[in-house]
This record gives sequence, C-alpha cells and structure tokens, in this order.
Amino acid sequence: MNRRLIVNGAVWLVLLTAAIWLPLLGGYMALASRVLIYALGAMALNLLLGFTGCMSFGQAAYFGLGGYGAGLFLTHLGSSSVLAIVAGTLLGGVVATAFGPLIMRRRGIYFAMITVAISQIFYFIAERWNDFTGGEDGLSGFSRQPLHLGFATVPLDSVAFYYFVLFFFAVGAGVIAMLLHSPLGHTFIAIRENRRRAQFLGIHVERYVWASFAIAGFIAGLAGALNALQNNFISPANLYWVESGNFVIMAVLGGMRNFWGPLVGAIIFIGIQDYVSSYFPNNWQSFIGVLFVIAVIFFPTGILGILRQRVKVA
Amino acid sequence: MQLLLFDGFNGLIQGAFYALMALGLSLIINLNSVINFAHGGFMVIGAYLAFSLAPYIGFWGALFVGPILAGAIGLIVERALVQYMYSRPDPVYSLLLTFGLALIIEDSVRSIWGAQGVPFQIPAGLGSPVSATYFFLTGYRLFVMGAIVVATLALFAFLRLSRFGIRIRAGILDLETVSALGVNVYLLRTVNFGIGILLAGFAGVLAAGVFQLVPTMGNDVIMATFVAIVVGGLGNLFGSVLGGLLIGLAAGLTSAFYPVASDVVIYVIMAAVLIVRPRGLLGQEGMFE
Repeated sequence: MNRRLIVNGAVWLVLLTAAIWLPLLGGYMALASRVLIYALGAMALNLLLGFTGCMSFGQAAYFGLGGYGAGLFLTHLGSSSVLAIVAGTLLGGVVATAFGPLIMRRRGIYFAMITVAISQIFYFIAERWNDFTGGEDGLSGFSRQPLHLGFATVPLDSVAFYYFVLFFFAVGAGVIAMLLHSPLGHTFIAIRENRRRAQFLGIHVERYVWASFAIAGFIAGLAGALNALQNNFISPANLYWVESGNFVIMAVLGGMRNFWGPLVGAIIFIGIQDYVSSYFPNNWQSFIGVLFVIAVIFFPTGILGILRQRVKVA
Repeated sequence: MQLLLFDGFNGLIQGAFYALMALGLSLIINLNSVINFAHGGFMVIGAYLAFSLAPYIGFWGALFVGPILAGAIGLIVERALVQYMYSRPDPVYSLLLTFGLALIIEDSVRSIWGAQGVPFQIPAGLGSPVSATYFFLTGYRLFVMGAIVVATLALFAFLRLSRFGIRIRAGILDLETVSALGVNVYLLRTVNFGIGILLAGFAGVLAAGVFQLVPTMGNDVIMATFVAIVVGGLGNLFGSVLGGLLIGLAAGLTSAFYPVASDVVIYVIMAAVLIVRPRGLLGQEGMFE
C-alpha cells in the first residue's frame, strides 16, 4: 500500500516537473506531450488488454475518430479547444459503444481479428470521404485555440499545451484508476483471470466486456482528440491497423499487468521512434518491427513486470 | 450489362485471391493457433522472388520456385520464432510477433526492390483477350482462376487423402490426443505453417501478373483475408473459400454501382454477418465464444 503511494507520487512528480528537467536532457516539450497522448491511448487499450483480458487490435479506430471529432468540431462548429476535446471523446466513445455488441461475444484471436477488421471501416471512411474528412491527405486547416479561463486567456504554446495534455491525461488515468478499484474493475479482472468461472458466478461476462470496450473507446477518443490538437492535423494513418499495433506494443513493452506499464512503454516507443526516424528515415519501420520481435521473445511481461519480479525476489 | 460482367469478373478474381490467402491463414490459425499478421508480407515475398527469378528461369519456373522459396522462408521463421509462441496461452504475443515481422518484411522489400511498383512479365500468349466482346477475359486471368481452383482442390485432396493431411485435420480437432498417439506435433505444426505460407506465396506470384507489384500490396490483402475468414466462419476451410469469393464479388459489384464504397463494403458485410450469424456462414459453434 505504501509502496503504491510512493510510486504514484513519484510518477506525478516527474510528469509535473517535465518542463524543468526535459530541456536539460535535450528533449523538447512537444515530444513529452506526444508521449502522454500515446500513453493515454495505450492505457485505454490496456483496460481491455491487461485488465479485462480482451485482445483488442483495433484501438486506433477510436483514437483516430477522437482526432477527427476534434478536428471537425474546430473546422465547422466552434473555436474552443476544450469543447473540441469533448466532441472527440464523445465520437470515439459512442462509436465504440455502438460496435461493442458485435465484438463482445468473442474472445482470444477471434476478438483480435474482429476488432482490427472493424477498425478498418473507419479508416476507409476517413480515406474516401474527401469532402468531409479531407480524404487521403488528412484533415488540416484547423488549429488549437487559446484557453479562456475567465480571468485570463492562455495561448497553448508548447509548454502550456504540455500541461493542458497533462491535465486530461490525469483525468483519463484517474478514471481508469478509480474504475480498477471499484467493483466494476474487480469484475473485469475476474473475467481476465477466469472467464468461465465468472460466468458461473452469474456475471454477465458479455455486458462487462462491452462496458470495458466502451470505456476504452471514450478514453482512446480523448487521447486522439489531444493528438489532433497537438499536430493541428489528423490523417487516416491514425486510424490504420498499424497504429493499433503501436498501442499494443506500448502496453506490452511497458508491462500490461501494471497500471503504469503503458506509460513506460510509450516513453520507450516514442523515444525510439523519434530517435530512429531522424537517423534512419528510410528504415525506421524495420527498427520498430525488430523492437516488436525482441519485446515478445525477451520481455513478455514488460519492463515493469521484470522490475516487479526483481523487487519481489530481492 | 457488359460493364457489370466486367466488374463481376474482376470481383471474382479478387475473391479467388482472398480465398487462397484465407485458406493458408485458416490452416495456420486452426492448427498453430497463431494469427499470422505477416501473411500478406509472405505473399509479397513470393511475388517479388518470382519477379527476380523470372528473367532467368522464365515465368513457369518462377511460378513454381517463388512459392517454394517463400514456403521455405516460412519454415525458417516458424522454427526460429513462431514456435516459441505455442506455449504462451495469451494470443497477444504471437500477434505482436507476426505484426513485427510484417513491418520488417515490408521495409526489407522496399529497400531491396524499391518503393515504386515494378512490372511483372507474363507469358505473351496469355496476355491477349480471349474474345473481342469480353475484352476483360484475358488468357492470363482465366489461367489465374484455373490455377487457384487447382491449388484449392489439391489442398483439400492433400488434407483428405494423405496420411500427413489427415493428421493435420486431426490435430485441428484435438492436438493433445494426436500428440499422445505418437505423432510428432512439432513437425506437424512446422509443415502446416510452411504449407500456409506456400499458398500465400503462390497467390503472390499469380497476383503479380494481375495487379501492380508494390511493397504495400500485402497490407490491404491481409485485412480482406481476415474478413473472408470471419465471414466464412472460423474453423472451416470451405468457409474461408466461400467467404473470400463472396467478399471479392461484393467488392467488384459495388465498384460498378458505387465505386467510393468498394473498399468499405466487405467490412459492412462482415458486420452484417456478425449480427445475423455471429459464428460466420459455415463456422463451428462455440469456437472462441
């Protein structure tokens, strides 16, 4: 109990002080914002993958939909960054909720196949609906708006935007943490541990899988909306199944049984991606592929899983 | 009418490719319990190997050697990497592994053969249309249809009639019992993986003559292959063939009436099948439910 407090305190302290220590290490704030955004997306996925035991391979769909929701809101409806994020969160979440019933009955590799195939629907819609979504070129021409706090107006430059993202990251992470400590979260874990026994106990497993899928959709939508605001751009690539794979590898690399695993995974993944793509612009895809293979063969429990084993042994 | 026939035939030939890919992928899913995300990548390998070999050994030689080389690479990959995934009950690992392989394959193909599409020479005699009215029926396309039918029948004959094929089918039903009866199930799984990849390589060589040969050609095919398997029903090889033909035909006919939706229609069909009949058209009840 005590250790958990220390770990959580340390994580938040590190995240809150990033503006101070990151430039000293040669990093830049936009990179830190990106890490947080992808970490939030991977944490949403991990609610399904690590805590409900459902292998979702289509999380990019709801991440991308969140982005389109935010981008389209800023293009057509209004000029408020916060409302754009609400719009993106709702779009990702509502679509996930609507498609949940198609998905919830299956498990294992079949669950993965269906989630990835369904995610392709939104990819092709985004890619083909030129007038509305910008088609293959993506949606651009919107920009994040300054924040009106009543007493002051804050322009979202890179440092301010980092704290803006951190706020929503905290909201998302807080929701997941509260959920995992609630009876609902305990039911998710029960389903992960033994689906059949949970069923025998009278738990409507399918409904809970649906709930988990829907919640993960809302939070992925939130992360996607932040992503659109960060880049002032959203493209169909954010909906593609390769992006879904990126979220899965972040969760697995960090440790999918750990609450903070996806954050650690996102730090490593985004860091390597940033480093490799600037030094080997033509072949970074191979590096990511090799990272996948190495992670699967050597670090199946993830970085935090290995650390936790070490701590327990010592 | 003629345009409809044209799009219908295009769809059918596309569907035949999906069916052939889905067959191989189904075999691997059923016996090896691995979703092979790199299946499209292996198809591309087969196609590009044939492209490089064709100037030396001719089209017919390449059609034969390309898939075999792809299958051999599949065997090596299974021995070197995939086999370590069998003992892990969580499917996430095999998925990520083959996903990583797919990225590596696509990138390697792009580095070796270039990102631009390359032309693939088909035998001169097969290039011309069979009749003037049905201009789209080139000899090569008819040959492709025939070759896919022959390959499918050969696979079913192998699974029904040969000792090894019967063991594969028995292993799909109950691998533990087959193992207890003294069959080397490691060899069984390795060879099965190789056969699946061989079929993908064969599809790749045939596809090279019909579609443009580009490094990314596997990406869209792999998703359509998933859809074919889900529509046809997991655990049933006939279902995979049926699903492949069905979605190919649907995509072809949609492009006649409403071309913008031709990519998305197969996923809509899948969603509809999942609502009406969640196990797929010919799927076994209770599998992964």
